[in-house]
Amino acid sequence: MSATLNVSVWRGGADGAYRDYEVPRHESQTVLDVVTHIQRALDPTLAYRYACRVGMCGSCAMTVNGAPRWTCRTHVDKVYKNRKLEIAPLRNLPVIRDLVADMREFFDKWARARGQFRGARTKADDFARVAPGSEARKLVDAAIECIGCGVCYSACDVVAAIPEYLGPAALNRAWTLAKDERDTLGVDRLRAVAGDAGCHACHTHMSCTERCPKGLSPTAGISGLKRAVAGAALRGEL
Amino acid sequence: MSRWLALAHRLSGLALALFLPVHFWVLGRALELDAFLAWTEQPLVKFAEWGLVVLLALHLAGGLRVLMLEFLPWRDWAKGLAAGVAGFALAAGLAFALAL
Repeated sequence: MSATLNVSVWRGGADGAYRDYEVPRHESQTVLDVVTHIQRALDPTLAYRYACRVGMCGSCAMTVNGAPRWTCRTHVDKVYKNRKLEIAPLRNLPVIRDLVADMREFFDKWARARGQFRGARTKADDFARVAPGSEARKLVDAAIECIGCGVCYSACDVVAAIPEYLGPAALNRAWTLAKDERDTLGVDRLRAVAGDAGCHACHTHMSCTERCPKGLSPTAGISGLKRAVAGAALRGEL
Repeated sequence: MSRWLALAHRLSGLALALFLPVHFWVLGRALELDAFLAWTEQPLVKFAEWGLVVLLALHLAGGLRVLMLEFLPWRDWAKGLAAGVAGFALAAGLAFALAL
């Protein structure tokens, strides 16, 4: 293990460039540690995002050596290839500055996919009880763990090709609500996720499934939505 | 893995579509078929046939993969389907090469 890391970090907006830094290497060092060292010790003007540092909040995702990753839980040992660490903002999103990507479009698409929960009960009603062992609940056991980091969106080839495509995270969210027995949006949501910009645009490249830091499979939810939309269309509900 | 397989699936489809007119042209010359079959005994043509078999196997299995992903309930092995498709195409290619 050499004593220093060669790190290239994207600086500036869309027309920016990589700048090189030398960062001391430590054991169990994460990519977020590297970025933090640069900002605190080498260049305080570096802009980046993080909050929890433990893989819960989903704010520190960046492109590391070409692949989108959550940087707080990515060890340098795992990604330091050819004595080079290249850190850039997430792909498929506009760059604000340095490592900060503009997430507005990403989250607007959650709204467009009708990612809001709409229940029928009021606060006067008793708690809704969802049986943990029910088929619908088991289908989304994993999917509800999404932390909204944007890694899947950044990894998706279809988002790169079709900017309007809702993307894996928004569709995954729609899938969890489609299988939520308390939710009342039903066919309206299916209508929102059907069509050219919705689930049918997915080409099952599965880059989202490969890259999801939580090990979720948005592809599973998207194919579930495809079947749900097809079923609703056959029943004449769409 | 899956994205490269998806690319191979699409390119194999294009290549097979380009081959199709040639295929029909040969079928249209059924009266001279024996002469044509003699022509296909050349090593280079045999090699092209092998390529055709691999493309067909790749495209067939790739299509089945998409159908399984889209119409069967999700299983965790779905992530390994791409490797299965590549393995099937390889096995078909080897089997055809052995039979030559």
